Amino acid sequence: MPKTLFEKIWDSHLVNKQDERSLLYIDRHLIHEVTSPQAFDGLRTNERKVRRPDLTIATMDHNVPTTNRSLPIVDEMSATQMQVLEKNCKDFGIQLFDLHSPNQGIVHVIGPELGLTLPGSTIVCGDSHTSTHGAFGALAFGIGTSDVEHVLATQCLWMDKLKTFEIRVEGKRKNPHTITAKDIILYIIRKIGTGGGVGSVIEYRGETITELTIEQRMTICNMSIEGGARAGLVAPDEKTFQYLQGRRFVPNNYDQCVDDWRENLKSDPGASFDKTITIKAEEIAPQVSWGTNPAMTTDVTDIVPFPSDYARGNPDEEKAAERSLEYMALKSGTPITGITLDRVFIGSCTNSRLEDLIEASRVVKGKKVSSKVRALVVPGSQLVKRQAEKLGLDVIFKDANFEWRESGCSMCLGMNPDILAPGERCASTSNRNFEGRQGFGGRTHLMSPVMAAAAAIAGHIVDVREVDLN
Amino acid sequence: MEPFKPVKSIPTPLDKVNVDTDQIVPKQFLKLVQKTGFGKHLFFDWRYDKNEKPRSDFILNNPQYRGSKILLTRENFGCGSSREHAAWALLDYGFRVIISSSFADIFYNNCFKNGILPIKLERKDVDEFFQTDSEIEVNLEEQTIKTKSHTIHFDIENHRKKSLLNGYDDISLALQHEKKILEHERNSKYSSL
Repeated sequence: MPKTLFEKIWDSHLVNKQDERSLLYIDRHLIHEVTSPQAFDGLRTNERKVRRPDLTIATMDHNVPTTNRSLPIVDEMSATQMQVLEKNCKDFGIQLFDLHSPNQGIVHVIGPELGLTLPGSTIVCGDSHTSTHGAFGALAFGIGTSDVEHVLATQCLWMDKLKTFEIRVEGKRKNPHTITAKDIILYIIRKIGTGGGVGSVIEYRGETITELTIEQRMTICNMSIEGGARAGLVAPDEKTFQYLQGRRFVPNNYDQCVDDWRENLKSDPGASFDKTITIKAEEIAPQVSWGTNPAMTTDVTDIVPFPSDYARGNPDEEKAAERSLEYMALKSGTPITGITLDRVFIGSCTNSRLEDLIEASRVVKGKKVSSKVRALVVPGSQLVKRQAEKLGLDVIFKDANFEWRESGCSMCLGMNPDILAPGERCASTSNRNFEGRQGFGGRTHLMSPVMAAAAAIAGHIVDVREVDLN
Repeated sequence: MEPFKPVKSIPTPLDKVNVDTDQIVPKQFLKLVQKTGFGKHLFFDWRYDKNEKPRSDFILNNPQYRGSKILLTRENFGCGSSREHAAWALLDYGFRVIISSSFADIFYNNCFKNGILPIKLERKDVDEFFQTDSEIEVNLEEQTIKTKSHTIHFDIENHRKKSLLNGYDDISLALQHEKKILEHERNSKYSSL
């Protein structure tokens, strides 16, 4: 019987089936400072060890400062979490890329960089954006801390089988520099809703997806969780194999692996999905979120919607939209391009990779950030930072009055000092516009790196298609 | 984990869709390294004003619902971040049951790991509970919710029901399959870095 890519990976990792649930083997376990301390406590309480410390990799990303790393960490609680991670890794024999490592970075940026993310493998992490790694054809998903403990102890997880959701994106974008992967995924979330993918793995397919670079596919898979899906998948192809070639942790028999992946890692013709939708790439304009969940998004050329138009007859959604507009201090009917900004954030596991920074720098080059705006670039990893500096991107950003920072999650979730003040409005390349996400009372507008860069220069949201690109 | 016992309480109605885990426990409380004491941080930004005084217009601050063990809410509850701190906060506050028309996947799973029962009901049944203000009784063994006037049946995965009722430890259950895990590792292409 023809199988989907998801079913193939699932079946090849099934250790046991019992009481309708499955024990799934986990090939790679990524951990970080915020969601792991209680898991290690659990191991100690029950006198358990880490079954495969060699398949477990740790980094510090969520609450690390992005300013000068030679200075002590001011926030004592964050410092404690980092020390606890260090101790746990030492006690249990786990490799840690700490604050001062040249490989430090956001866990979902460094996984692929180090070649930890492999096609056909299973990857988990105590972070919902683990879905990012699906861009390589890996089954990758976020887990809670109890499951982190479970994987540490057993290298397996009990799972209910997920449903399959095929999203085809067909046709060509009008301009791939202005209609980016971020716009594609925001548009998809807008169409399916924040709960549209609950219980499923999305496989992204179609001409548009095939044409994307690996980093762009990561942006798409990253935000699968914002559409409610546990994981996103893109079948690996020559671009995937080329991206991973020569990276630190890829298998020694890499060519042999590639032959196998090329042959097997795709959904068979005629494989059936539980649900399918098709999106036309031509219809996608630059996207901007106006509300307090990622589905509350519209075209940059549009207006802030009226709650009833947004809700289309759903009273709960209408109420939610009213509350969102109040929180966001926006009036229905206001043009999106009229929205003025206080802050701009370019970073996060969604959009902090080299290509994101290259694209944004083209918008910025030779211009200045609006005097009303404070703008921040936070590279996803130390490697991204070094590569960007080699290309002179840091100079372009700094010349334009952007702050150029050290790597970490930063203002995506505001666990470190990079936060919005109450009432501040931010154009952000991150993934969540929830109330208070970037700081208590902060207002977030999600968009692509080029849109955020253009907004920083203008001081308000603009249509990047009307901006002169260098 | 404590085995799950029947729960009788007035449900606390939180009439919102897509409640994300950032609202359930804001980020500033994720820096703790233990699992306990999160109840006071539950819905922090909605529950308290900027001077940390309780907001009278937030449902948890209504004295009528003090001591409630059941949270009644709307579609896609627990979406967003995987933080298990959300489940720890709900439990520590005193909620043992959450009723909604749907839950986000990771949150749903995290609930069971902590002895909280999330119940999925049809929209019309959820609506009905939003209309009533009297005690209801949740019985997992029977898979029922009893109100004054009638009884509603709910569905739940069999293995989750068994696990909650018996307070099973999933790790111990998995470790019973050591032989099969080893066998998988021997045949795996990904078994080393």
